[in-house]
Amino acid sequence: MEFDALLLSRLQFAFVIAFHILFPAFTIGLAAFLAVCEGLWLKTGNETYKRLYLHWVKIFALAFAMGVVSGVVMSYQFGTNWAVFADKTGSVMGPLLGYEVLTAFFLEATFLGVMLFGWKKVGRGLHFLSTCCVAVGTSISAFWILAANSWMQTPQGFALDEEGKFYATSWLEVIFNPSFPSRYVHMMLAAFITTAAVILAAGAWQTIRKHNQRPTRWQMRMAVGTLLALMPLQILAGHWSGEVAHHYQPAKVAAMEGWWETKSAQDTVLFAIPDEETRSNKYELAIPGLGNAVMGLPKDEVIQGLNDFDGDHPPVFIVFWAFRIMVGCGLIMLGLGIWGCFKWWRKSLDTPGLFHWIAVPGGMLGFVAVISGWVVTEVGRQPFTVYGYLRTEDSLSPVSAAEVATSLMVFMIVYAIIFTAGVIYMVRIATSGFDDKETDTPEKERRAPGTAMGSVENMSNSENSPAGEGETSNARENVKKHDDE
Amino acid sequence: MEMLDLPHIWAVFIAIAVMLYVLFDGYDLGIGMLTAYAFSDQERNMMTATIEPFWDGNETWLVLGGGGLFAAFPLAYAILMPSFYLPILVMLAALIFRGVAFEFRHKAVRKRTQKFWNGAFAYGSLVATLTQGFILGGFIQGFTVEGRAFAGGPFDWFTPFSVLVALSMVAGYLLLGTTWLILKTEGELRDGAIKWAKRALIGTALGMALVSFATLSIDPRVTAKWGVSMATIDFSKAVYMLPIPLAGGVFMVMLWKDLMSGKGPDWRPYLYAVGIFMAGYVGLGVSIFPYIVPFEVTIWQAAARDNALMLLFVGAAVMLPIILAYTAYVHSLFWGKVKEGDGYHG
Repeated sequence: MEFDALLLSRLQFAFVIAFHILFPAFTIGLAAFLAVCEGLWLKTGNETYKRLYLHWVKIFALAFAMGVVSGVVMSYQFGTNWAVFADKTGSVMGPLLGYEVLTAFFLEATFLGVMLFGWKKVGRGLHFLSTCCVAVGTSISAFWILAANSWMQTPQGFALDEEGKFYATSWLEVIFNPSFPSRYVHMMLAAFITTAAVILAAGAWQTIRKHNQRPTRWQMRMAVGTLLALMPLQILAGHWSGEVAHHYQPAKVAAMEGWWETKSAQDTVLFAIPDEETRSNKYELAIPGLGNAVMGLPKDEVIQGLNDFDGDHPPVFIVFWAFRIMVGCGLIMLGLGIWGCFKWWRKSLDTPGLFHWIAVPGGMLGFVAVISGWVVTEVGRQPFTVYGYLRTEDSLSPVSAAEVATSLMVFMIVYAIIFTAGVIYMVRIATSGFDDKETDTPEKERRAPGTAMGSVENMSNSENSPAGEGETSNARENVKKHDDE
Repeated sequence: MEMLDLPHIWAVFIAIAVMLYVLFDGYDLGIGMLTAYAFSDQERNMMTATIEPFWDGNETWLVLGGGGLFAAFPLAYAILMPSFYLPILVMLAALIFRGVAFEFRHKAVRKRTQKFWNGAFAYGSLVATLTQGFILGGFIQGFTVEGRAFAGGPFDWFTPFSVLVALSMVAGYLLLGTTWLILKTEGELRDGAIKWAKRALIGTALGMALVSFATLSIDPRVTAKWGVSMATIDFSKAVYMLPIPLAGGVFMVMLWKDLMSGKGPDWRPYLYAVGIFMAGYVGLGVSIFPYIVPFEVTIWQAAARDNALMLLFVGAAVMLPIILAYTAYVHSLFWGKVKEGDGYHG
């Protein structure tokens, strides 16, 4: 394998996009969680939701900042390393990404300022609205980027001009291309599930360390409930996505399943080491004949195997194993959801035990699943960038291997530094629990009385004070209720 | 090639996006550089408090510039990005460090890591500014293009001219940053900002004058447009162009007066600085128009298909006013001087 500009550019893209996707996957879910917490706080006046909000918003700020800076990198990757791709697909891909910036990025970025710095400055309603804007913005952003990526997987609604450039013939067909709906649902669910696993892990750790306060207990219940509710849906969404892929990208699914021969009644391979040299699976453990049923096809339908794609199929080993890792992570998270809800029902969720020790490292499962899922979909699209129409090797910029090697090294060093620091800071907050009194006390003392804002605050505080009292009594009631349990 | 076709509109639109990026992130990066000179942690926190709620939105204009170029002028994007491979890489690395430093410097516990992130913030801002200057300088100079691709070397952008532009960029962003501080702070910090602003203004004036003259001799087409060369002046052409540098000069004089007296309203210096930047920017725009890859590819050659431009146009026509409205609204929520204890959300 020669480390030329093409391979290095592919490695670089894989690295920067994998790094980037960790943060949106987490912030999409966390923004929704924050919006729910703040909304419930406003509706019920229950202080616990506010504490949850003020706690997790600190982690959100860190994750969002890392998502933004690694996202700026992405908006330049197409040009710097994949210029021919940019030139050829610009008239189709460009508007989709343009719409992402116009409808999502500005919304998120601008209202994030209010969300993080407006707590003391704006009214509760407006603050909640800002949180919602950020949450909606993250979902809109996912909409456009998945539309663009899905078009690369299952292109339609376009034609090629005399220079070989793509142009749209129907925008609706471009945006709502065949793989888009299932992949959007799959990714959004993945984001919610990833976040739930993280929130559960933080709660489990606090429980083990015996400083679980009411917010800890609530967040664990919300997390296990989310996992139990969404994981079954996610399995359905994944299945849906697989069926679409089988229809439009049969080579990808053949690689995922380890099917070499073209035949009817394919097997469901549970374990194997696919070997492209011998074009067979080593150490295979399979359920004979179940493959067709898994794909929702009649048993006698012939499914094309990898051998009949004339070498135009993706690298099998990577796709095969990335798929199994993703599914494995998902199943463990489903297990955590079932087990956690069972413990909730048996009222033992707050007693540290084996469940909690498994849930702590389980906080990483969502991220592992998201990355391996994207490996399946992106490596599975090879050797094409636009499936069936533009090859990866024909998409590259006129850059030298030396330049790309330099940039890849720089990105690896920079990301290693900020990733380490960011994770340390996030974990520190997440594990510290809710003992931090400062979030519980109103922060008005921090501003000198007599200043303009100070007086505004006093006014708003006096306005809010009845509600504030209501919260405390409400909170007290809840303590009592809980003790009764 | 009628007068108001879609490539025209999009050229103006992208120019405005980049302009807004410069005006917004300019103050942001300028203050970032200034934090290197903060006397105390408290002063540094006051400085960052003036930009914290806005930096994220500010940087989004850069994404719009990059994304918009890809969307509207894919060929230009495909030529420009590889030609600036290394400066873009360095700029992104610098922006990454300064971006996360906004959060990380408050989260670091040990003195040493705090220092590291403070340094990352200040020098990240400086390096990002310098690389943007190099990119602008390299852009004005023009490119080697063969067919539909960049065909020059990886260091084509590094010349005495681009060094001059990079240094001017630092002075310019410092001017935006200091005048933003005048607007958002009071007391000693504001007085200090006035002092720094004077120096930044001198640097900016000098830089703009030198860059302007150097630009005139870069390509005969630019010279012809302005009617001004080292040897002769063609007044019939120059008379239409002169209002642009004149406006810049007037803004400089008015800003200088405000800074010397220290009496004008505190929002005025930043607006004057904006005026100075716009004059320089418009001057540059008319110099290189209609090239989007100077002096090789025009906006019509680089433009995406009309149906793509049209779709984008509808989106931009609807969304941009909304974006500008809520941006202004959020700025108004944080209007006024920052106070002790403002800023970080805890």
